[in-house]
Amino acid sequence: MLTRRIIPCLDVRDGRVVKGVQFRNHEDVGDIIDLALRYRDEGADELVFYDITASVDDRTVSPEWVGKVSRALDIPFCVAGGIKTVEAAGARLAAGADKISVNSPALMRPDLINELSDAYGVQCIVVGIDTFADGEIYRVKSHTGDPDKTRETGRLTLDWVQDVVQRGAGEIVLNCMNRDGVRKGYDLEQLKAVRAVCEVPLIASGGAGATEHFEDVFKRANVDGALAASVFHKSVIAIPDLKADLRRAGIEVRL
Amino acid sequence: MSLVIVDTGCANLASVQYAFERLGIEPLVSDDPVTILSAERVVLPGVGSAPFAMRGIHAKGLGPVLQSLKQPVIGICLGMQLLYETLEEGGETVEGLGLIPGTIEKLQTGDLPAPHMGWNTLQTVKQDPLLNGISDGDYAYFVHSYAAFVSDSTLMTAEYGSAFTAITRSKNVWGCQFHPERSSKTGALILKNFLDINL
Repeated sequence: MLTRRIIPCLDVRDGRVVKGVQFRNHEDVGDIIDLALRYRDEGADELVFYDITASVDDRTVSPEWVGKVSRALDIPFCVAGGIKTVEAAGARLAAGADKISVNSPALMRPDLINELSDAYGVQCIVVGIDTFADGEIYRVKSHTGDPDKTRETGRLTLDWVQDVVQRGAGEIVLNCMNRDGVRKGYDLEQLKAVRAVCEVPLIASGGAGATEHFEDVFKRANVDGALAASVFHKSVIAIPDLKADLRRAGIEVRL
Repeated sequence: MSLVIVDTGCANLASVQYAFERLGIEPLVSDDPVTILSAERVVLPGVGSAPFAMRGIHAKGLGPVLQSLKQPVIGICLGMQLLYETLEEGGETVEGLGLIPGTIEKLQTGDLPAPHMGWNTLQTVKQDPLLNGISDGDYAYFVHSYAAFVSDSTLMTAEYGSAFTAITRSKNVWGCQFHPERSSKTGALILKNFLDINL
C-alpha cells in the first residue's frame, strides 16, 4: 500500500534554513544538514529545499550544498529555486538531488517543463504553484520569494495545473498563499478543486498548524503528500506523534 | 571490495555512489569495459527514459560487456528495467539487455495518480540472500511509471493499482524497481546484502 507522505520544507537563504510568515520576516531556524538529518531521523518521508531568494535575485541554488545533502541523506529530496535551464536542473540532479522543482521560470517560459521532462523523465520534474484564493477564483502568482517583487501572472490555477501536467510535470506542489505560515489548516476547498483535475501526485502546502489539519487534507482533499515548515521547525508538531495519530485515524503512513 | 557504478550517461549517479560510501565502500563510476569486467560488484543505475539510456549504453559499446558479466550485478529503477528483454515506453519498443526474461510495460494504476511516487510496502514471493533481514511490510521508495509484471524471476512485489515486480533476480543479476539508496534502513540493508552475496 502506498503511504501518504509527510514532507518538511526547508526554505534556504544564504546557506541557512529560514522561515517567514506569508513569505515575510524571515528568521534563522538552523543549519541545512543538521535539520535534514533531524527530520530523516524523525521519520520524514521526503524533504524539499527551496532557495527562496533564487528567482528574485536571478541566481541559482548551489550544487555544492545539494551534494552535501545527498551524501548525508538516505531519503529522497527535492531542490527548488531559480532553475531556469536544462543544464541548471541537470547539475542539481548530478549532485544527487532526486527531483527538481520549478516555479517562476516555468511561468515565464512554460516550454521549460517540456524540456526538463524530455531530458530527465517526468519522475523527477516537480512544478511548484503559488496560488492565491480570491473567493472561489484561484490565481497563480510568481516571484513570491520577495513580496515587493511578487507578480500577477494572469493565469488561473486550475488551467495552469492541467497545462503543466500536459507538458510533463511528474508532481505538483500547490502552495496556497492565503494559508502560508498561519497554521489554520490547509485550503481544503482549493486542494479538492485541484485534485479533481490533477492526474499526477499532488502535494498540499500552506497552513498546517495541527495534526487534524493533516488528517483533513489526506481524507478530504485526497492529496498524496502534505508539506509543512514552521510546525516542524518550531516543534509544534513532532513527526513521530503526527504519524502515529494519522495511522490511528486510518491513514496509511510509513512508521 | 571493488564496486563499479556503470556510467550510462544518465544524470543521477551520485546518490547511488553516496549510498555505498555510507556502507564503507568506495565505488568507481566508470564506462570503461575493462574496469567494469574486473569489478567484484557491478551496479547499473538509471533515471529518465529507456530509449535514451539504451542509446547511451550502445553508444559506449557497453551492451556486450554488461551481458557477459559473471559477478553479482544489480540494476536500480530504470537500471533494473534495462535488464529485461524488451521495454515499451512512450509508444516505442526498445530492446533491453535481455538478462532477465520478460517485458517492461506501463504500470496499470487505474484511477490513482501516476507516476507511482512514494513509499510503498514490499511483499516476499521467494527467499533470497538479497532479502536477508527484509520483512513483508517493509517500506521502499518508488518513483516510476513503467514496471515488470510478476513472473518467475520476481523475489518481492509491491502494489499500486496492480501488483508488479519490486525486486527481481535471474542467476547473478538482481534488480530493484525502487531506489534502495533513498529507502532508508531497508534500502541500506539490501545494498549491504548485495555486497555480502556469495555466488
